[in-house]
Amino acid sequence: MKYTENNSTIDPSLRDEMTKQNVFVTTLDFIYNWGRRSSIWPMQFGLACCAIEMIAAAAARYDIARFGAELFRASPRQADLMIVAGTVTKKMAPNVVRLFNQMAEPKYVIAMGACAVSGGPFADGYNVLRGIDRFIPVDVYIPGCPPRPEVLLHGLMQLQKKIDSQSIQKAEWYQKGLKREFPIPELGPHGLVPKFNPEVWQPPETDNRAKHYGHVIRIGKKTKAPNLEPAVSAPPSPNPSAGA
Amino acid sequence: MPSMINSLKDALEKKFPGIKLRILRDSLLLEDPQDLTRVAQHVKESPAFRLDYLSSVTASDFLDYLETIYHFYSMEKKSGPWVLRVRVPRENARVPSLTPLYQSAELQEREAYDLFGILYEGHPDLRRLFLWEGFEGHPLLKNYEQENADTLEARDVEWLEAHGVKVPETMKKNAAELKASGKRALVEKPTEPRQA
Repeated sequence: MKYTENNSTIDPSLRDEMTKQNVFVTTLDFIYNWGRRSSIWPMQFGLACCAIEMIAAAAARYDIARFGAELFRASPRQADLMIVAGTVTKKMAPNVVRLFNQMAEPKYVIAMGACAVSGGPFADGYNVLRGIDRFIPVDVYIPGCPPRPEVLLHGLMQLQKKIDSQSIQKAEWYQKGLKREFPIPELGPHGLVPKFNPEVWQPPETDNRAKHYGHVIRIGKKTKAPNLEPAVSAPPSPNPSAGA
Repeated sequence: MPSMINSLKDALEKKFPGIKLRILRDSLLLEDPQDLTRVAQHVKESPAFRLDYLSSVTASDFLDYLETIYHFYSMEKKSGPWVLRVRVPRENARVPSLTPLYQSAELQEREAYDLFGILYEGHPDLRRLFLWEGFEGHPLLKNYEQENADTLEARDVEWLEAHGVKVPETMKKNAAELKASGKRALVEKPTEPRQA
């Protein structure tokens, strides 16, 4: 994940020294980002089994409230963070993009689980979108199948770091003419139209799967059908026409 | 299990003289799909079997033909599964629907129609179940040609430009070439059969 340290105008050691003397000096960025990162309200929706881990992270044992992200909102208008937890099918993808468009700025996306990151085990299928980053920008990717709640918490902390690195002066959602609506794909005759949004995502130049596995993965269906005809272990039937 | 399915076969042959049945492993194949309705009616109502629960309707592609497979249970007799198969040709696959007899067949026949394209005659509402209206083809058939998700086609480029998205020149060129050659961007298929 790309984030840079927010270079505050105060020397951090000087600030710490002054804090010891009960003199508190801060910057607007620090206060502003502290407030934002300490109460990230996620949107309450789950698409598949990763949602169960997300629910576990919100429950007592893992307690996402420790990081201020416990208030799952049922409305996209009130949410800051979209946790795409689970398999995004092609039928569901337009709705996910529409929900993202309905969120108010500043908004962030966590792609949770192998399916939301890349399509996961269903990447070669006819029905699953190969990663939600084809249509909306993703801030934090959390691989795993499903990722454990600890990993979701780690991803949330990474997102907090990213929020900390942003500056109120340069924040794009305060700039004039910000347009962050992403076109909502349509259901076409063979899948989604378009297949991806080239402003958000483009196919990699190298075949990373071939590089990783050492050979080209070819999907294809069997060209030979199983033979059911011979009776495998049936005893000779009293009826001669049976099992022929 | 073979003895169980044998008893069903014997009973059906006794009830319907001249019916063509074959035992495949532990299932019973009806050679003529049109026998399905009367066979199901009989096994549902005959006191010897009472197959009152149709648990599953599914289909399978055997390349030379399609098969619809039914799993019956009897709640009353606590017996099952009883497996019936029906074979239909790949082109113009038509099977009589069991929905009038078993309500549980309705959604499962719609699913099999959606993914395999088998027409269940007599089904009250045969529409796609999982895929959307306007989807072309039936993706679980072995000859289904799957789109390549990484290559934009002319339709995608037109759509993107209509929605104000900039498309890189290489992708535009590629899509135009595809359109000129009249091809779709498909997933490459293996030339030799997959090793088990």
